[in-house]
Amino acid sequence: MAGKTIIDKIWDKHIVESIDDSTGVFYIDRHFIHEVTSPQAFAGIKKRGIKVARPEKTVATADHNIPTQNQHLTIHDELSRLQVNTLSRNCEENGIELYGLNHPYNGIVHVIGPELGITQPGMTIVCGDSHTSTHGAFGTVAFGIGTSEVEMVLASQCLILSRPKKMRINIDGTLGKGVNSKDIVLYVISQISAGGATGYFVEFAGSAIRSLSMEARMTICNMSIEMGARGGLIAPDETTFNYIKGREMAPKGEEWEKKLTYWRSLPSDPDAVFDRELHFKAEDIEPMITYGTNPGMGVGITGKIPALDELNPSDHKSFLKSMEYMGYQPGEPLLGKKVDYIFVGSCTNGRIEDLRAFSAFIKGKKKADNITAWIVPGSKQVEAQAKKEGLIKILEDAGFEMRQPGCSACLAMNEDKIPTGKYAVSTSNRNFEGRQGPGARTMLASPITAAAIAITGEITDPRIFLEEPELVS
Amino acid sequence: MPVEKFEKLVSSCVPLAIDNVDTDQITPARFLKATTREGFGAKLFCDWRYDPAGKPRPEFVLNDPTYKGAILVAGKNFGSGSSREHAAWALVDYGFKVVVSSFFADIFKSNALNNGLLPVQVSEEFVSQLFETIEKNPEAKVKVDLENQTITNLETGSSEEFEIGAYKKNCMLNGYDDIDYLLSKSKEIEQFEKEKV
Repeated sequence: MAGKTIIDKIWDKHIVESIDDSTGVFYIDRHFIHEVTSPQAFAGIKKRGIKVARPEKTVATADHNIPTQNQHLTIHDELSRLQVNTLSRNCEENGIELYGLNHPYNGIVHVIGPELGITQPGMTIVCGDSHTSTHGAFGTVAFGIGTSEVEMVLASQCLILSRPKKMRINIDGTLGKGVNSKDIVLYVISQISAGGATGYFVEFAGSAIRSLSMEARMTICNMSIEMGARGGLIAPDETTFNYIKGREMAPKGEEWEKKLTYWRSLPSDPDAVFDRELHFKAEDIEPMITYGTNPGMGVGITGKIPALDELNPSDHKSFLKSMEYMGYQPGEPLLGKKVDYIFVGSCTNGRIEDLRAFSAFIKGKKKADNITAWIVPGSKQVEAQAKKEGLIKILEDAGFEMRQPGCSACLAMNEDKIPTGKYAVSTSNRNFEGRQGPGARTMLASPITAAAIAITGEITDPRIFLEEPELVS
Repeated sequence: MPVEKFEKLVSSCVPLAIDNVDTDQITPARFLKATTREGFGAKLFCDWRYDPAGKPRPEFVLNDPTYKGAILVAGKNFGSGSSREHAAWALVDYGFKVVVSSFFADIFKSNALNNGLLPVQVSEEFVSQLFETIEKNPEAKVKVDLENQTITNLETGSSEEFEIGAYKKNCMLNGYDDIDYLLSKSKEIEQFEKEKV
């Protein structure tokens, strides 16, 4: 018998009962909730006359619709305020821990889970948010769910699920200068398309992945949903254990040793078989940028938008719709194109390493006059750390301002909307039409690429700065 | 919440020949500030359907009276992106009972099934022929038979089988809901927690 994948190892351990060959009752270890996708779920259980089954296994935060300025004041937007207040009331009524607005642990749900040590290898984790795949960086089976499923977890701590197919994406080799984990994931999506991993759970493996920090791994797993994958994960290793150790909710003492033994048993067996296996070379990856309206429409920054004759004729209609929205022509190069906004933040790139990378890059330089920049930390703890490390001062000296934590312009549910027709280079995860505000034109990139563009005001290869050693901090 | 039962449907179709229709298009994020499930149909495809002043865009298919029906036929990778169930609520509230595409995003598929909206995944050829049929005759009918897991283009007679898990099929046919099932398993779940968690 072939060995088991890490996905199957975790999956099998969480099956309460099989319903048929493919479907079963699946146990959830940790459930994260936020203000936007939970109210209807709480209303549902209330209507049934039941309470949350395992309140201690759910953790709540307010992140999606909250303002990123003046958080000490009442939320101005009436509907946002109602959602945030509804979350507080639901948590209180059901005994759920809430890291609400202004709580020192408040932040984007996928940033706070790992930083508090809640996210641990081998767990099953769900949240009514597709970027729950972020937690996969710790070797968890983590995935986004809809509100009906949030209600199921609140009601029973379980879901009814079918086992997904398994894919392994191997990235081996050494990343070039100015290339980081955001570029890896944008590259993979550009190669396999925005639906290339639909129906699969993905394990990311290979030497380039192993060399990444936990935060860089989170960026990759975060965007596994953008290739259509139900979730993505990376086997836990010493990097993982070192990150978790000592965190607020991490296991301690004897419990730590016990957990460590289990965690070490999780990686896929050497003879494990995946339904699909892909291989990429780290050396082939350039700093990436997207030019279209789905995350698969990405290219190396020195590259060109594909010409029509490079595409399958059946794809032309959707491609041209996308080009019209972006105001671009097929076959055009991207370097030198004007940019209006920079957004650094989100559950993809709103962690301390992202702010460090951005700050190191812009240190001693000045923001271009045509750029409006929103730098939004992923959590209160990231914000505090940035302050402690002097990053805020570096940002301010270069003409940038740091806002307060939240999902912000990633999905523009709050006031942080890119105006119609404007071009935004964003470290977030989606370049869909209207994602950052109605009519907004989004280009996804890494924090370093965003930094280079913030300095020049146009699409720029960050490596040109890195070739001047005195400019590197 | 029990969902509406689904057995068979014969309907004309609304064609949306665009690939990668993401849930941000189906229900833009600014409409997610709700605490109930109702009323999302009015916002369905809002930014494609209306201009910034709120005037219907005549070129968008939902504003074209030629096309009507409870079946939405869409390009590949329908429902990608955000997990927002509001997208499924909007389609159901608008009056769709079936979405046909050559493939669906996983979370959207679950959300649709949990709301009695049947995602019918067929070959790219079947979808492109269906688009041709609808273009020739907007009133062309399609039959979806859940029990037999078949979809038939009644204009051409061509038919294809589609996949659906046995459990979910049973739920759709009988209007069952996952929560009732899960609540009936509370003893088994407690036992599991004692032994394995």
